[in-house]
Amino acid sequence: MNQPTRPENILTFDEPAVLETRSLSVFYGSTKAISGISLQVPRGEVVAIIGPSGCGKSTFLRSLNRMNDLVPGARVEGDVLYGGASIYGAGVDPTDVRYRIGMVFQRPNPFPKTIYDNVAFGPRVNGVKENIEEIVEHSLRRAALWDEVKDRLKSSALDLSGGQQQRLCIARCLAVRPEVILMDEPASSLDPIATQAIEALIRDLAQDVTIVIVTHNMQQAQRVASVAAVLMSDERRVGELIEYGPVDQIFGSPRDPRTEAYVTGRIG
Amino acid sequence: MARSDFDRHLGQLEADVILLGSLVESTFYTALEAIRTRDKALAEKVKTDDDLIDEQRRSVQHACVELIRREAPVAGDLRRIVSAWDIAGELERMGDYAEGIAKIGIMLRDQPGELDIRTLPGMADRAVGMLKHALEAFLERDEKRAVELAQRVESQDEEVDRMYADLRKKLINEMRNNPDFVETGTYLLWAAHNIERVADRSTNIAENVEYQVTGRMSNEH
Repeated sequence: MNQPTRPENILTFDEPAVLETRSLSVFYGSTKAISGISLQVPRGEVVAIIGPSGCGKSTFLRSLNRMNDLVPGARVEGDVLYGGASIYGAGVDPTDVRYRIGMVFQRPNPFPKTIYDNVAFGPRVNGVKENIEEIVEHSLRRAALWDEVKDRLKSSALDLSGGQQQRLCIARCLAVRPEVILMDEPASSLDPIATQAIEALIRDLAQDVTIVIVTHNMQQAQRVASVAAVLMSDERRVGELIEYGPVDQIFGSPRDPRTEAYVTGRIG
Repeated sequence: MARSDFDRHLGQLEADVILLGSLVESTFYTALEAIRTRDKALAEKVKTDDDLIDEQRRSVQHACVELIRREAPVAGDLRRIVSAWDIAGELERMGDYAEGIAKIGIMLRDQPGELDIRTLPGMADRAVGMLKHALEAFLERDEKRAVELAQRVESQDEEVDRMYADLRKKLINEMRNNPDFVETGTYLLWAAHNIERVADRSTNIAENVEYQVTGRMSNEH
């Protein structure tokens, strides 16, 4: 398992990346969770992060919008650049980062408020006072939920089905017009039909939002993503990037034998 | 299905492909014997064997579909299953060539005595040798060795092509000089063509193995 990652196994792009990590390591106290990850997230693409359980996928994802700041003892080395500027730089407000780089979690987590208030929450907090109704409708339409909820916007969000709640969380995220959405296994708690709706939505959103998605579902990664990063733990249980490339390479002809072993189910 | 079960099913699939290859090989030699002796019973046996080959091809391809459906395989596993599917198809066509050769034996049944089938056995030995090496490459786990075996098969195809061209030239000359030989010569040409196609399809299998091992498609044969 202790094979060095060959640089030619890591895809790079000529165009400026919307997000870029440089030698990114994350520690929880004295424990190193991920080590030296450098990759570019190209604008307008869906990037899948895959790898065995415990390899640091979620840690990596959460470091892309400073969500790890909320974990006591978490510490970051290296850097994450958003539009070329460090999101960990002095004076950068993590809340501002999270509006630009939104996040959708594994289990839908709507606020115990009305459907309308859930979507209006972000813009209101940002001081938006006008056109809130338009923003809510636009966001719900973008999340493919409008037709299902337009007649009950004042109902509790908690009355929606799991799939609808997850699309509501995506609408809530979209309402503040992020450039990037991070998704941590967004369909893992949903049935196949609701999963299909979320996947269709991801492909549709990719037209104007960059998406980074952590998924355990290999078929899902192939269906929604154009690029995939494979993370794996080394013998010290520290996650590292072993291959980054187009999904047809990762799932068709992987360059690293560890990727082949993982995607074919021999390890993990 | 656990990984060990998957490996077991994949191993069974490979064994079924090799069994199909063995059936094709023996049917092919029976067909050559049928043309040499013009024995109707042997030709009938080739027809029955070809039905078995068709059935075995269906069985292999059904197993491929089942594995793909249950396992959603990717990468090397997927290429291996797709290769098995493709190789089964190539082998089934070779069975058809054997049946074609056996039919020629029946068409030539009015010829007295044993027929001089010229260099057909030598060509057949080389074509079947290519098939054996192509299937050996399919079974080979070592990537480098598999590619070497596959490339050796591809290089042998030229030799069979040359033998076919030589025989064709000789048969045409003989037909020009002896009109009584035209019917026999035409049928022998047909048989030689079928043997040459077996070599071509063995080359297809070898190219398929290269794709399976490396993930890179070579040019279609």
